[in-house]
Amino acid sequence: MSSPLAPARPTRISLAVRDSSTMLRRNLLHARRYPSMTLNLLLTPVMLLLLFVYIFGDVMSAGIGHGGADRSEYLAYIVPGILLLTIGGTTIGSAVSVATDMNEGIIARFRMMAIHRGSVLIGHVIGSVLQCVMSVVLVGAVAVAIGFRATHATAVDWLLAVGLLALVALALTWIAVGMGLSSPNAEAASNNALPLMVLPLLSSAFVPVHAMPGWFQPIAKYQPFTPAIETLRGLLLGTGIGDNGWLAVGWCLGLAVLGYFWSKSLFTRDPK
Amino acid sequence: MPSSVMLTSSRASGPQSPAAVSTVGLRKSYGDKTVLDGIDLRIPAGSVFALLGPNGAGKTTTVQILSTLITADGGQAQVAGHDVATSPDGVRAAIGVTGQFSAVDGLITGEENMLLMADLHHLSKREGRRVTAELLERFDLVDAARKPAQSYSGGMKRRLDIAMTLVGNPRIIFLDEPTTGLDPRSRHNMWQIIRELVSDGVTVFLTTQYLEEADELADRIAVLNNGKIAAEGTADELKRLIPGGHIRLRFSDPSAYQSAALALREVTRDDEALALQIPSDGSQRELRSILDWLDSAGIEADELTVHTPDLDDVFFALTAATVPNQPTQPKQTNQPKETAR
Repeated sequence: MSSPLAPARPTRISLAVRDSSTMLRRNLLHARRYPSMTLNLLLTPVMLLLLFVYIFGDVMSAGIGHGGADRSEYLAYIVPGILLLTIGGTTIGSAVSVATDMNEGIIARFRMMAIHRGSVLIGHVIGSVLQCVMSVVLVGAVAVAIGFRATHATAVDWLLAVGLLALVALALTWIAVGMGLSSPNAEAASNNALPLMVLPLLSSAFVPVHAMPGWFQPIAKYQPFTPAIETLRGLLLGTGIGDNGWLAVGWCLGLAVLGYFWSKSLFTRDPK
Repeated sequence: MPSSVMLTSSRASGPQSPAAVSTVGLRKSYGDKTVLDGIDLRIPAGSVFALLGPNGAGKTTTVQILSTLITADGGQAQVAGHDVATSPDGVRAAIGVTGQFSAVDGLITGEENMLLMADLHHLSKREGRRVTAELLERFDLVDAARKPAQSYSGGMKRRLDIAMTLVGNPRIIFLDEPTTGLDPRSRHNMWQIIRELVSDGVTVFLTTQYLEEADELADRIAVLNNGKIAAEGTADELKRLIPGGHIRLRFSDPSAYQSAALALREVTRDDEALALQIPSDGSQRELRSILDWLDSAGIEADELTVHTPDLDDVFFALTAATVPNQPTQPKQTNQPKETAR
């Protein structure tokens, strides 16, 4: 689409790429200099993983399994959910860092420079997606270390799984960026972005939807995390995917587009 | 045609000289609070312009509009030949802005901040390094270059801020209260920096609440009050606008004082000091006519001094509804009437 404000410049795309990669480098520098925030956000999914497997594991697996208590079966069941919860948690960090950044004077400086307008946000988004991927790898490594194996995954399944995780990360990040932009400060951003961590708890991450109370089932079923989790589960463990694949992709694209336009309109309005 | 109410200074160039910044009827309000109520400015390229005003006068808002951070509600503004509303990127490419609040990235080092600016100005790696090294040296930040900017003192942050602004070689620089919050020494350093910028031919638009600073640095000064330009001109022209100047006659003999006080009307008496004050703008012509008048009235004072108002008088007279310690009733100088010929 052509924007009416933009003068016809052949360099527009290259300007966008160049400035966005500069902003990305800035964000990665922040993350590298101050890693505690990213690492803190990893604690929650790792603790939930260990808690559910080692403390609740026997009971939970008895509940969902075919009678026999099999902890390793339950481990396999919850890992896809834990991985998506990891993404949710990491994007809370993105919302906080966007909100913090917007209160910095340097953002005003960026707005008064002849750079690509969206580069500030694009730098945040790409940085956040990369952080999500890294977090998923780390949490996944913990899961493998305690015995998780993707029993049925072929090379194509793995590829699709990585693609799905990246797509979810992109979608949630754009939403998180919008939440960060609409929050006056870091505390508010972290509260506003809480659904990104709570929604996976209300999904099929820990318990199958059909095992939930009837009134609650629609909540668990018609939300973005459940189809994404079921799709990932299917890719890694060979359970049935059904419509969940398309539903997951649809949710992600919808959220990404929504988050993108929301963030853009928040960022282009006059500051203050 | 730019507004003709402005005073023409002896130093200002003719109307054909290119304006670095010009505005007509600039307006901005937040809710029902009018912040800028029709601002007309014309700043010749290569000059230093000071926008002087108390807190809340609209100085920062003016800078924010001219530097494309926010949009005006009405009026027009051109900066470096580009309209701020229709061609903001053209404006942005020509300007550098150092705001009132530090615009450095505190989480990374001073050097990284500089290199970030170099990247955003699309300088080559080598050029970016060269400019960074040069500016860090010039602003005395070499020792701190590898430390996170958030550990810098106020003066250092401000220097880094200006150094970052200079990376792109801007032709027009906006400095919003560049010395607010600095200690006297850092303030003088900053003045020196600003003078150097000017000698490089850069146009400087500066806001300040310090009259001394405007007097010290600016070719022309506009006094902004309640969103309106109350007066504009050189420091000297502004001082002459104010009826605060006077001639003071001091007597040692009380009876001579009494008779002089009776003979002269329109004077302010200071019975304790045996002194009389005659309003005057301090010009040679007026001084001569007063002397003639004193001679013809047969008054001989022991001491005669001429007091010209300083910018403080100007400031208070222009920005306050009434001037408390001004015996001659102050005119509301919304429009400078005494345009210099």
